[in-house]
Amino acid sequence: MTRAGSGSLPRYILQRILLVIPMIWVILTLVFFLMRVAPGDPVSAALGGKLNPQALEQRREALGFNRPLLAQYWDYLSSVLHGDFGTTFSDNQPVLHVIRDNGGATLYLTMASFALALLIGIPLGLLAGRYRDSAPDAVIRLFGILTYAAPIFFVGFLLQFYVAEPLGLPTSGDASPITVFEVPTKTHILLLDAVLSGNGTAVQDVLKHLILPAFTLALLICGVFIRLVRVNMLQTMQTDYVEAAEARGLKRSSVTWRHGFRNALIPVITIVGLQFALLLGGAILTEQTFNWPGIGSKLLFYINNRDYGAVQGIVTFLAIAVVVVSVLIDVVNALIDPRVRY
Amino acid sequence: MAIDLTDEVVAPAPQEPVISARDVRVWYGTTRGAIRAVDGVSFDLAPGETLGLVGESGCGKSTLGRGLMGLLPEGAKRDGEVLFRGRDIFSLSKKEAYQLRGRELGMIFQEPLTRLNPLMRISQHFEETIKQHEPDLSKDEIRDRALEVLRLMGIPPTRYRSYPHEFSGGMRQRLMIALALVLRPAFVVADEPTTALDVLVEAQIVQILNDLRRNFQTSLLLITHNVGIVAEACDRVAVMYAGRIVEQGRVAEVFKNPQHPYTRALMRSTISLTTTGLNYIPGAPPDLVDPPDGCRFHPRCTEAMNVCAVQNPVDIERPGGGRVECWLVGPDDQIPPGGKQSLKQEELTVVDEA
Amino acid sequence: MRRMFAALAKPFTETTGLARWMLVAGILITAVFVVCAIFAPWLAPYGFAQSSAHGVDFPKTGHPSSAHPFGTDRLFFDVLSRVIWGARTALEVVVLSILFCVVLGVPLGLLSGFYGGALDRVLVLIMDALYAFPTLLLAIVVSFLLTDVYGGSVIAVSVSLTVVYIPQYFRVVRNTTFSAKEATYIEAARAIGARDIRIMRKYLFGNVVHSVPVLGTLNAADAILTLAGLGFLGLGIQSTQAAEWGHDLQRALADAGSGVWWTGLYPGLAIVFLVTGLTLVGEGLNETLNPTLRRRRLLPVVMSQRERTTPVQEEQG
Repeated sequence: MTRAGSGSLPRYILQRILLVIPMIWVILTLVFFLMRVAPGDPVSAALGGKLNPQALEQRREALGFNRPLLAQYWDYLSSVLHGDFGTTFSDNQPVLHVIRDNGGATLYLTMASFALALLIGIPLGLLAGRYRDSAPDAVIRLFGILTYAAPIFFVGFLLQFYVAEPLGLPTSGDASPITVFEVPTKTHILLLDAVLSGNGTAVQDVLKHLILPAFTLALLICGVFIRLVRVNMLQTMQTDYVEAAEARGLKRSSVTWRHGFRNALIPVITIVGLQFALLLGGAILTEQTFNWPGIGSKLLFYINNRDYGAVQGIVTFLAIAVVVVSVLIDVVNALIDPRVRY
Repeated sequence: MAIDLTDEVVAPAPQEPVISARDVRVWYGTTRGAIRAVDGVSFDLAPGETLGLVGESGCGKSTLGRGLMGLLPEGAKRDGEVLFRGRDIFSLSKKEAYQLRGRELGMIFQEPLTRLNPLMRISQHFEETIKQHEPDLSKDEIRDRALEVLRLMGIPPTRYRSYPHEFSGGMRQRLMIALALVLRPAFVVADEPTTALDVLVEAQIVQILNDLRRNFQTSLLLITHNVGIVAEACDRVAVMYAGRIVEQGRVAEVFKNPQHPYTRALMRSTISLTTTGLNYIPGAPPDLVDPPDGCRFHPRCTEAMNVCAVQNPVDIERPGGGRVECWLVGPDDQIPPGGKQSLKQEELTVVDEA
Repeated sequence: MRRMFAALAKPFTETTGLARWMLVAGILITAVFVVCAIFAPWLAPYGFAQSSAHGVDFPKTGHPSSAHPFGTDRLFFDVLSRVIWGARTALEVVVLSILFCVVLGVPLGLLSGFYGGALDRVLVLIMDALYAFPTLLLAIVVSFLLTDVYGGSVIAVSVSLTVVYIPQYFRVVRNTTFSAKEATYIEAARAIGARDIRIMRKYLFGNVVHSVPVLGTLNAADAILTLAGLGFLGLGIQSTQAAEWGHDLQRALADAGSGVWWTGLYPGLAIVFLVTGLTLVGEGLNETLNPTLRRRRLLPVVMSQRERTTPVQEEQG
């Protein structure tokens, strides 16, 4: 029963991708039908007051809403496969452009928050699990629950009130107008563009604007991390191999570190990655709270305008993004845990 | 596995026993009350000797093994005296007792599949253990030590850097044994090492355990419910029931002339090629929170006498050597008048397999 | 009766440590809010959309005072009243949505797990897809669609929450049923001719129902956050229809610039406390019911005197 080497990683990746395709298809179908659940047609809903009946009819024709439902469904599926997420009704832009222009801001906000949450949440969770039922455990767990229970907009409110002013941190937008003016748009990710432009003050300005929103979002996520990591740590310390290690007289601290922490973190990587969905929801709220010009704010803008085309396109994109990220996480997991590849 | 009663190991010259246990008790805390899993056990173990500890599930043999090692769960208490090379390990501080593990006291567990860290290579397991107790060794010296003990277990050096899941169950158990022995501890507890393995692999492991005395001079406490293994691999045997050792002595002697009714029942229920009908012991082991008065076996004993229900039997020497505690054997002078009459027992309902 | 009490009290009596205190604290906190919700008309000094009393208008964003302990907001409403009425809204919405989830999700899960086959595969695929959706995003989309039809009412928001959370209930019930139905006692029941519905009702339901309370409590906590999130984004319940903490916080955010702290602090704290209370109950229950995490209260072991045996003489023969 010998197996050589480290298993077939490429095959695992392929398997994973194949498994996810039906899921994506179901999501697309869901979004499509959800959008047509409401009575009336989307075009009137979006533009009813602004165009006369003939123009409305023209629009409807142009956007394909007079075709049979199944034909529309097919159009939708095939365009998504080509990377075309439709056009907005209200300002007639390709949704992909909207995503490109606004996605960058959301991207670096979520990544910064995620990194912060990892740095804070994981060590705290490990500690709480290792020193179960002691004072640090109680405090850490309470902290974890409170950060989860406090809505982002409330934390944002508190920060804006009590922290922003004393520390002189901006609470609105991703950069001051000067910075936006000065930094040339290359990657559509403002932070990256600022760094690439070599403009020191611009980078500083962008970072200053990032602090409060990223910290707020990070607090929410780290609460979840703490709880998950703690439970994993508890269960890992009860495993047979930890007992066997103790039976060999290994120092408690090395058992905790090498057998406890490391093994507890493995399932955590999957779980942590799955928080991307939570991160996205939190990002939407954060963007509203801090006037952050990301894809979340844009989505809400289109929702307020009843722009079905835009909403459908953006939601489709975001849902697929979440699924893709979960596949990536699985691949990372396979890289780390040698058992998964079989 | 048929019982083979022919060979006996040549008795070693009389020396200080490695382990000298007296009145060992291990009680578990539960939500109902204390479970008296081990309730007064005494035995000696000479250097290089293998003592088989047999009994049915729940008799306390596993608890005794873990109690000796100090691997008890929360809320458990132990009492008594266990002299290991002259020192009472039960009276050591937790820290001192912990330091004996690996180096002087070793343990082989039952389920080999889950006892190795799935994320660590075998080499890392060995390096970790050896480095902990002998920090001055170089990496090469550590590797040599590990490979040497692995060779004795029949594991080739090419597998040294593999992960645990790349080994079969039998090989993993051999790895566990190697890990337990690499530091040459003087005393090893093997808790049902073959129960989770199939019969062919079991035979290999038993062979390894048999060779232990020759290769490592380790004293082994072999805990098992399989009487056949005891016959194959042990010098002496201790039969345990409901937290007490009811009979102990040299294997050949005890198996040929069992003095205690429970031992006799155990012998009868063993299956061999000549077995024609199944023998089992009716009834079930007693509740250890509140054990029966007198001899704990008396409710299931077909030869029980009146005194058995009232007084605890006394631990005396067996004819043929060893110890036994049973009123049928004696001491007669401590049995009150009328005590020798047969005990009227209630009809024992046949208890289903749990 | 007494046995049922004893069984219910097991999480208290048989556990120790943090888990028990979490449970106790959680239940107390949640109870406060439940009381507010039920007795709102009597507890709240004013109505939730009331902007004057006895002919006198309330001040606009007035400081906390004796007349208005939590102050007033920009719409002339009394903040304390809105906080108390908000408890009623929150609990109404959440209880409704959990009810819908259970009524729909549990039977679907049972059927799916029990019968397997195509029905199971289709349902699992749909539920997994819904589950993969980010919670808030899905809630936003469904609210967006329902506002056309139902407006910002309690029912509409409850339905949105139901759509979001039903996959969790479905999954748990389906997975438990799926594994439980392989049990030998089910096989035995079938062998004596029990009909499917009877099997599901009598044997499987009991097994399955154990996981629902923990799920429901933790779910309730999340649902309140989602409700508040929707309210904050303007997609939930409107101010004049009912009091909702998230919606109030949206207005309060604008006030932060002008130094008005009471319009945001109190509704925000209300959310934090209620969600914390529910989470404590859920986690406490989880710790006490889950055998791998449970810390039992063990009775201390008191040993009697050691009975010394005569020294064992071991011969080597």
